[in-house]
Amino acid sequence: MGPFVAVMFDGFAYGMLLFLISVGLSVTLGMMNFVNLAHGAFAMLGAYVTVTLMNSYGWTFLATLPFAFIVAGFASVAFEQTLFKPLYRASELDQVLLTIGLVFMAVAAVAYVFGTESQPIHIPDYLRGFFTIGGANFAVYRIFLVVVALAISVLLIAGLEYTRLGAQIRAAVDNQRMARGLGINVDRIFAYTFALGSGLAGLGGALAIEVVGLDHSFALVYLIVMLIIVSVGGLGSISGSFVAAIVIGISDTAGKYYFPYLGAFLIYLVMIAVLMWRPAGLFGRR
Amino acid sequence: MAATSGAPARPHEFLGAQVRWHPLEIVFWLATLLPFVFFPSYLSLASQIAIAALFALSLDLILGYAGIVSLGHAAFFGMGAYTAGLVSKWGWGEPLSLLVISACAAGLVGYATSFVIAKFRHLTLIMLTLGIGLLLYEAANSASWLTGGADGLQGIAMWPLFNTFDYDLWGYTAYTYSLIVLFVIFVATRRLIHSPFGLSLRGIRENSVRMPAIGAPSESHIRTVYTMSAVMAGIAGALIAQTTSTVSLEALSFDRSADVLVMLILGGTGRLYGGLVGSIIYMVARDQFSGVNPQYWLFWIGLLLVLVVMFLPNGILGGLARLKLFARSKP
Repeated sequence: MGPFVAVMFDGFAYGMLLFLISVGLSVTLGMMNFVNLAHGAFAMLGAYVTVTLMNSYGWTFLATLPFAFIVAGFASVAFEQTLFKPLYRASELDQVLLTIGLVFMAVAAVAYVFGTESQPIHIPDYLRGFFTIGGANFAVYRIFLVVVALAISVLLIAGLEYTRLGAQIRAAVDNQRMARGLGINVDRIFAYTFALGSGLAGLGGALAIEVVGLDHSFALVYLIVMLIIVSVGGLGSISGSFVAAIVIGISDTAGKYYFPYLGAFLIYLVMIAVLMWRPAGLFGRR
Repeated sequence: MAATSGAPARPHEFLGAQVRWHPLEIVFWLATLLPFVFFPSYLSLASQIAIAALFALSLDLILGYAGIVSLGHAAFFGMGAYTAGLVSKWGWGEPLSLLVISACAAGLVGYATSFVIAKFRHLTLIMLTLGIGLLLYEAANSASWLTGGADGLQGIAMWPLFNTFDYDLWGYTAYTYSLIVLFVIFVATRRLIHSPFGLSLRGIRENSVRMPAIGAPSESHIRTVYTMSAVMAGIAGALIAQTTSTVSLEALSFDRSADVLVMLILGGTGRLYGGLVGSIIYMVARDQFSGVNPQYWLFWIGLLLVLVVMFLPNGILGGLARLKLFARSKP
């Protein structure tokens, strides 16, 4: 029983991490129908901000996290305003090509600046170690992850439900034309959402270093996982991304633990099965 | 381009005008013989280019003509390569029959997956092609008893072509063989897309919901063309297995799918020659920059993609066509 609970918990914590990284992609895809494959690059940016601040400037881990969020958020808006905006009405193929081109450039640029080796990180002692409850080990860092991610999810959902900006975002996702007709500045709302989503990805990337490691290929490797979560959860649906991230997190962790020879086979199979059953994702409406 | 220069009165004349060979096309195919004379030391590269061009042509058929965006086309390429490699390992290495066997294997996988592909559009479709490609990659990776896993397939034994022409170090046989296969398939594809079936494919690309209303069943057409494309990709894969005598997981990888997409986009989609021109430029550039760390090569590929999307929406051939129109409009 002990190992089973521990695997479930690890999977859940991993899922929470995936949720942080991919929720922004889901909302921006749902709102503007913009296929932003460069989302993973912003997660990678956040992670490298944390690594640089810690290793070159001696900051503590927790102090770097807000900066990972802010830098990724601002960088994404710069790209959104210059490169992505002209492509909102373009075909998916063009969007895919442009943003995957940016991912390639980001991967190569990081390899040039930081090298291709895995980046070391030293989290503070109070986040290390683990508790043992009923024969199962719970790593402190993963508990920390779950707490942070749950707190952010609650904030997100409450913010979306009860604030003015949240109501405008929901309106823009539901029916962009109608929202424009009502005088909502959808472009500006979208820029805010984009920054928020990329910022969360940056934060998620920084938090992910300890769990999955960090090297230059991060943006490409996690791109596929992100896309799986978004398409399984349904575009524009926060609760959908939440459920999908947990499903993928647990099936990936459990798959690697119980069926190591299958590798990543399981999550691809889950994705194809869900998409064939519900093409718009679990919680998608279109 | 014949479509823009006045509308012929009858459908037969319209299709007939498109089928006629343009002088530039003849020049292009004659130019493919130049490596024999001028670059004999680059013949093995030339054969790689011919194979990449065939693979890009297969993607063009579904992407450029039927509008199916695929991020997992390497599935069929790898299927062809592994089939050819495995069958030769089991004791049958006759090249031409291996091509047919590999084409059938890739075509079977293509036909099976086409039922899924034909049902979906947009992002779901992209994700499904990506997922199927990744699934096959992982399957080949796990089944290392069959495929050799990450070490690649061991023990490939290809027989000489027609029992006389062995694959020489310089690549004379390899290039001649790949070029002839490419040309034959190209002519067949050219005929196909200028047929009524090809026209209805373009209709599906523009509006897949309306086509059934004028009597062209979108779903079954997509299934047919997807299977054909898989067959072509499988032949390209078998060619690479035969001419290099190596098959590795790389043949199934996402990188392979992305590469072929870049080549096609660079040349221009929906123009038959786009994939050919794109693969020549891409492969020659990669060969010239092969001293550079592959990580940095990725940067230039990325930049190229961004620039093509922003400034050359229809690739190099599309840009040339626009230049020609521009020159003609102000004499």
